[in-house]
Amino acid sequence: MINAHDILETIRMIQNECLDIRTITMGISLLDCIDSYIDNACDKVYDKITRCAANLVPVAEKIEKEFGIPIINKRLSVTPIAIVSAACKNQNPVKFAVTMEKAAKAVGVNLIGGYSALVQKGFAAGDIELIESIPEALATTSNVCSSVNVGSTKTGINLDACKIMGRIVKQSAIKTVDNACFGAAKLVVFCNAPDDNPFMAGAFHGVGEPDCIINVGVSGPGVVRAALAKHPDADIAEIADVIKKTSYKITRVGQLVGVTASERLGVPFGIVDLSLAPTPAVGDSVAHILEEIGLEHCGSHGTTAALALLNDAVKKGGVMACSRIGGLSGAFIPVSEDAGMIDAAKCGALSIEKLEAMTAVCSVGLDMIVVPGDITEDTISAIIADEAAIGMVNSKTTAVRIIPAIGMDVGEELDWGGLFGCGPVMKINKNSPSKFINRGGQIPAPLHSLKN
Amino acid sequence: MRAVLTVIGKDTVGILAKVSTICAEYNGNVIEVTQSVLQDMFAMIMMVDISDLNVEFTVLSDRMTKLGEELGLSIHTMHEDIFDAMHRI
Repeated sequence: MINAHDILETIRMIQNECLDIRTITMGISLLDCIDSYIDNACDKVYDKITRCAANLVPVAEKIEKEFGIPIINKRLSVTPIAIVSAACKNQNPVKFAVTMEKAAKAVGVNLIGGYSALVQKGFAAGDIELIESIPEALATTSNVCSSVNVGSTKTGINLDACKIMGRIVKQSAIKTVDNACFGAAKLVVFCNAPDDNPFMAGAFHGVGEPDCIINVGVSGPGVVRAALAKHPDADIAEIADVIKKTSYKITRVGQLVGVTASERLGVPFGIVDLSLAPTPAVGDSVAHILEEIGLEHCGSHGTTAALALLNDAVKKGGVMACSRIGGLSGAFIPVSEDAGMIDAAKCGALSIEKLEAMTAVCSVGLDMIVVPGDITEDTISAIIADEAAIGMVNSKTTAVRIIPAIGMDVGEELDWGGLFGCGPVMKINKNSPSKFINRGGQIPAPLHSLKN
Repeated sequence: MRAVLTVIGKDTVGILAKVSTICAEYNGNVIEVTQSVLQDMFAMIMMVDISDLNVEFTVLSDRMTKLGEELGLSIHTMHEDIFDAMHRI
């Protein structure tokens, strides 16, 4: 018989420590939906999504009940729409966003990602049109997420794209000002974007992926924190060991759920994303893990080192627990989605500069950060370029998801509720980067990209 | 296929009987039971063979959750695979 202690530990993790499967994300290729008439293409997109994902939600709900583990989100990711819409010249790509939303609602998923463009080395047909349509697409839909990849270690950084995205981020906030600037919360700007990321808002289905696939994202910051709390006087190597063991257990559940879902849906199983994804709920915070390790507040000196240890130990524990790893796989540090981060930002312990340093050692980037509404487009572009540079040089994924709080300044806050949480407006550096951003062109790839 | 059923809460008369009656009704075979009562807290772990259930496993699990609510107990019905996955290499 399975050990009673193990049984009770699993139940305690789920009941008291917020262990859950954060998302089952089905990736669907839309390459066979390309058509030069946008209405035909949209019909094909709707048919393909609703056909592939028809059983996703019922199957996931059944697995939830059988294993007794909550599966918080069921999501879809599709081929970057810029590739699909490239054939539809002079037609408004927002129709694709509306179709994605309709299909997502029909199959009952929470979010659908892939209103995306990959422009790390320049703009192909359809890319500019899609990027320019992002603010409207995000304002007219509620569950469609968008992402743009502006750089990679292999190609360098497309500074022209950084410049455009500064404006697009701000416009996305302005267009949704009546809805707490929510448009910008559904838009991510990436460097080294992964093809198999199950997490939103950055999920899309890469062009090298199979026709349809299941990816799983786990969670469990609360479990890691609770495990660390039992070792108040352990030295730091022991702390790393505790995190590894806990991460192994968390990831095993992800693997089990992913394999089961894949078998029942008749769709190949892709990857488990090892990320520790927090939520605003009490007891589900990455910041609180760092504080448990020994920091007064997340954001104090020492945070970067503690986070590096956490991120590394999570991977080492998870790597043996599943057959394939992918996506973002690291600790997330979204400010508005993490109760400890929100507190640290409110009390002034956590600054954007510190968050930027933290992104060098963990996934994913400057995530869910609310900035003053009067931030200039060039400053947003420069924040994107800085973050992309960290990703490019460190051969890792970085991203920027910042929300300009239109009409608000430091001291106020935006509140979206649910998993998106709420975030205080954070102070930014107001010195102008305009001349740098307006030079345009391509930042060359770093020397260590030449690996062949 | 086996399920692990855990019942935790304040001890009252007939908990084991009610839980096992539902198992029998759905053709679940109780293989093993460990239970303890500390002061007035009841804790039971039951292993049930669910290979020949006459309903979907989720029906059994919903019914147990409902029974737990009625009796003011916390009852979890989970497939054994999740415990194997987490605690065995």
